[in-house]
Amino acid sequence: MPLLKVVDLKKYFPVQRSFLERLLSRKIDYVKAVDGVSFEAEKGEVFSIAGESGCGKTTTGRLIVRLIDPTGGKIFFNGIDITSLSGEELRKLRKRMQIIFQNPYASLNPRMKIGENVGHPLEIHGIAYGREKEKLVMEMLEKVGLQPASKFYNAYPHELSGGQRQRVAVARAMILKPDFIVADEPISMIDVSLRARILELMIQLKEELDLTYLFITHDLAVAKYISDKIAIMYLGKIVEMGEKEVIFSDPKHPYTNALLSAVPVPDPNVKRKRIMLKGEVPSPINPPSGCRFHTRCPLATDICRREEPKLVKIDDNHFVACHMVK
Amino acid sequence: MANLTAPKMITSMLSKISPRRGVEGLFIIVGLVIVLTFIFMAIFAPVLAPYDPNKTRVGGLYESPNSKFPMGTDRLGRDILSRIIWGSRTVLIVTFLSMALSSACGVTLGLISGYVGGKFDTALSLFMDSLYAFPGLILAIALAVMLGQGIMPVTVSLTVVYVPIYFRMIRGEVLSMKESLFVEAAKAIGAKGRTLIFKYIFPNVIPSIPIVLSLNAADAVLTLAALSFLGLGLPAHIPDWGFDLRMGYGALTAKIWWPGTFPGLMIVLLTLGFSLFGEGLAEILNPKLSGR
Repeated sequence: MPLLKVVDLKKYFPVQRSFLERLLSRKIDYVKAVDGVSFEAEKGEVFSIAGESGCGKTTTGRLIVRLIDPTGGKIFFNGIDITSLSGEELRKLRKRMQIIFQNPYASLNPRMKIGENVGHPLEIHGIAYGREKEKLVMEMLEKVGLQPASKFYNAYPHELSGGQRQRVAVARAMILKPDFIVADEPISMIDVSLRARILELMIQLKEELDLTYLFITHDLAVAKYISDKIAIMYLGKIVEMGEKEVIFSDPKHPYTNALLSAVPVPDPNVKRKRIMLKGEVPSPINPPSGCRFHTRCPLATDICRREEPKLVKIDDNHFVACHMVK
Repeated sequence: MANLTAPKMITSMLSKISPRRGVEGLFIIVGLVIVLTFIFMAIFAPVLAPYDPNKTRVGGLYESPNSKFPMGTDRLGRDILSRIIWGSRTVLIVTFLSMALSSACGVTLGLISGYVGGKFDTALSLFMDSLYAFPGLILAIALAVMLGQGIMPVTVSLTVVYVPIYFRMIRGEVLSMKESLFVEAAKAIGAKGRTLIFKYIFPNVIPSIPIVLSLNAADAVLTLAALSFLGLGLPAHIPDWGFDLRMGYGALTAKIWWPGTFPGLMIVLLTLGFSLFGEGLAEILNPKLSGR
């Protein structure tokens, strides 16, 4: 049984309109941020979702940890439907499922000391208070590499660098000893020189605490480094999904190909052909008919404009949504 | 929580008031000196005032400023300096009391309304906005007429005038704070409503309170003076600048300038002190607010 199973997950945000517009038309537009996403993540796996900004990957992460409510679809955690949990049950779920946000400058309470920021989950869930809490927090701070822990415990977030803050965010997510963590671009706002260290820390903690990650990123090089499986998203849909090796060695979807060709290769002698996509990502309010990628796809034909391709299995653990792939 | 952050806030505030800060720093210092002088006067009024402010003198009506009465006497022969010193006590008591009450009510209601949202928020906002829509002085006059004279009635009417200001500001901050990432993060760790409000939202809106507090204090001094000037403020036996200004104003036509000028000057000075302090504070603590 997969630890996390997502079935046809949808999130439509209504578009804010002015008073006059509301008066003139009854129709409500929606931003289809996530539009029918399905995947499974096994225990102990790192499952990555990659895609351009605006493709719905962050929304997917937030839906899974139930920070926002889905418009449709189901989320199963450990085989249990968590799509409509609320109140006390949802709070219990939070103990087992955590999220690390992209922006460490905004995700910590600026008026709480580091120790309180990290230790607050323990108090909220009634696990430890006072001395005992302090001890657990110190241990966790040491574990995420904030040493000496006693110095960091009494510091305020504004006294720390971005990398240190993200370590604090990692510590806060891990202190409840969850099974599953959504990491929403955890390194994209950190200084380049510190990124690898944070990634290493996350991998090390994953082994130590037996975690499963849903790793959200726009950087395929990072996805390649950390993932077991990768799903590529475009305009709210998964276009290709599979084992990391398969995706990187044998990409099928033209969009995946284009993305991969943009990943820098650390060897100046390797000649590559960049696939340049024309145009911009279309608006998710009125996504293109048929295949959403057809407006920018070099291989697009008539059928792509008419029919929406389904995500089909073309090999063990390799799924593609494209009419041109047979 | 509050006792942890308060000293921290003060030290960080003080560290920002350095000569480098130029005009804003000067504003704060000058404002603070003026306000502190009046507070000093109010506290030590019994010691500082040379005479009983209510003692009338049959032979000494409208004495011009001299060595015995530095600011002269009024139409009942009362020492104007003593009345001003005791008057500062009246003004400051009413001002501080109404500030404390209105900020307590406004902040609490703003927090709850902004956090709860929905119909409750709409209803309360509508009520507060309609209060806010009245010009402050007109509202204060109406309330003072209804409640009558005295320290408490005047304080209450000023309180009602200023509650909407705190309410609107705090509610707005809470609304934007509710969307912030660290509040979302707190939800993700399972924090409940009360914890969210008191540990995550409230400590982060505290810094905007002192600015509004001191700017409102300036306004309250003026409004109180206006109420007393119109005879709606305090009973005659309580020394009060606004009332004295009114009395002195009547004598101006007879070229007797001192009974009106000195109380008026005090009103201007104290208002200026609060305003300078508030503006300087706003400039330093919250550059975003300074455009208002």
